Amino acid sequence: MTTLTELPKPTTRPPVRRTKPTTLSKWRRRFPLLPALIFTIVVTQLPFVATLVISTFQWNILRPDERRFTGLSNYTLVFTDDRLRHAVLNTGVLTASVVVLSVLLGLGLALLLDRRFRGRGLARTLLIAPFLVMPVAAALLWKHAIYNPDYGLLNGTLNAVYRLFGADNGPTVDWISTFPMPALVIALVWQWTPFMMLILLAGLQAQPGDVLEAARVDGASAVQTFRHITLPHLRQYIELGIVLGSIFVVQTFDAVFTITQGGPGSQTTNLPYEIYLTMFRKFEYGQAAAAGVVVVIGSIVIATFALRVVASLFREETSR
Amino acid sequence: MSAQATATVVRRPRRRKRDDDPGLAPRLSPLWTFVAWLATLAFFAPVAWMVLTAFHQEADAATNPPSLLAPLTLDQFSLLLERDITPYLLNSAMASVFSTLLVLALAVPAAYALSIKPVEKWTDVMFFFLSTKFLPLIAALLPIYMIVKDIGMLDNIWTLVLLYTAMNLPIAVWMMRSFLAEVPKEILEAAEVDGAGLPTVLLRVVAPVAMPGLAATSLICFIFSWNEFMFAVNLTATQASPAPVFLVGFITNEGLFLARLCAAATLVSLPVLIAGFAAQDKLVRGLSLGAVK
Repeated sequence: MTTLTELPKPTTRPPVRRTKPTTLSKWRRRFPLLPALIFTIVVTQLPFVATLVISTFQWNILRPDERRFTGLSNYTLVFTDDRLRHAVLNTGVLTASVVVLSVLLGLGLALLLDRRFRGRGLARTLLIAPFLVMPVAAALLWKHAIYNPDYGLLNGTLNAVYRLFGADNGPTVDWISTFPMPALVIALVWQWTPFMMLILLAGLQAQPGDVLEAARVDGASAVQTFRHITLPHLRQYIELGIVLGSIFVVQTFDAVFTITQGGPGSQTTNLPYEIYLTMFRKFEYGQAAAAGVVVVIGSIVIATFALRVVASLFREETSR
Repeated sequence: MSAQATATVVRRPRRRKRDDDPGLAPRLSPLWTFVAWLATLAFFAPVAWMVLTAFHQEADAATNPPSLLAPLTLDQFSLLLERDITPYLLNSAMASVFSTLLVLALAVPAAYALSIKPVEKWTDVMFFFLSTKFLPLIAALLPIYMIVKDIGMLDNIWTLVLLYTAMNLPIAVWMMRSFLAEVPKEILEAAEVDGAGLPTVLLRVVAPVAMPGLAATSLICFIFSWNEFMFAVNLTATQASPAPVFLVGFITNEGLFLARLCAAATLVSLPVLIAGFAAQDKLVRGLSLGAVK
């Protein structure tokens, strides 16, 4: 933060409060917080409570007369229905592979960009472009301009290479139907790597230079320095990247909707897309709600880990 | 690494120097420079391809192998603009701008109550805000859809404004809090001792420090609203549809209009690309909820 770098170093602060606060002064403090708090509770928590309630009903809007309370049977369905089980699995595979690959690639790029080379600023600017392109636009771009078997960039380039070597034409591969999950993963890794790169680069540049210099003076090799100094320092940034990446990628809807429509069959249907289908194609509101609750529970598992990571960063900030 | 070390290193002007001064950052060897550029170009290639195709005629866009040297034209853009994309862009702009303003109106006072004059248990409040980001949007879509339908607000810009506000508010509170926490307490107290009223303190002490943060927060909220797809596609139909819905809607005959698709994709991505390029460093901090400086 450019403007903030000039600030004087914070010193120990005097205690904020000197007198015991009265009820009135407490409310005066709370007042600016209330609009945001109330708005958030109304718009995010109430719908979730509603989802919980709906999830215990058998409710198809095409058969409104048959609406009745069924307890937890929708949940049994979520875990026994093949499509839904598949969706849970796909969500896991998609999220894990996208996050792991983009963190690794992002780390590599961040290490390269942490050093000086000609045009580094330009390289950084070009690198973050995939993250800034509208996700739906990016998905359409991959589907039509890159993976398309007839005039996509991928087969086009293959053709050009084949012709270069005298052959007539390259193979015409329909990438999306042949490799649906990898096609989806690659498009999403392309989109998320710059994000990871930016977080890790910020981490690298916050590294104290004197420690690195001391290591160099002591004769540590580049690999040793990386393993014993840089990597431990980067750990919390890597964790942050994994956590934020997981939260966003678990929710992936635009790419699945656009690139594969969950297909072929249900090979790439993830939970958000499956819920969408259950709601707007099958009109099974109860089932959709139950699946939604399952997604939330899954997210809470990730979130518990997330909170630990964020809390550690947070503690550092408040304790300085 | 201790908290003290992180804080001081980030804060000292030296870090900027390491970025700018060629004497401080180690140099990349020529081989690795080549690798770095190769990787950069590989990542940028799809974007470059999108922009290039946008300036081609349909016939040139759909050739195999791809024709890099086909004549350039602005036809696709003028077709889009004079035909149909404008209302969608206006809807996007309205939903994003109004929601960003609403977010700021709610988040700035909240951040004030969480940092400068913190309420009791303010960390709990912070984590409550954060926890709402862990609720996947899709899980709330059904009740939201039903309520919105019941009160006749389907296909309405203001529905999107409210939902985008709820979606971005937690991030904005976190970001703004981390920016306001930068205001040194001593200065605030000194100002109060000197008899400055709240308006003066806010205007003279808080605002100058918080302004870049305010800009960064607005930028992040704008980007997220502009790019949002799920609410947009499920809650709007004809009147209020923003740009992402236009994108998926206009390819009727699959692939027939590749050049125009690329032109539309370029056009709708342009505001975010420009804003993002202009504020690269602020982007990281915002996206990591203020956790990474």
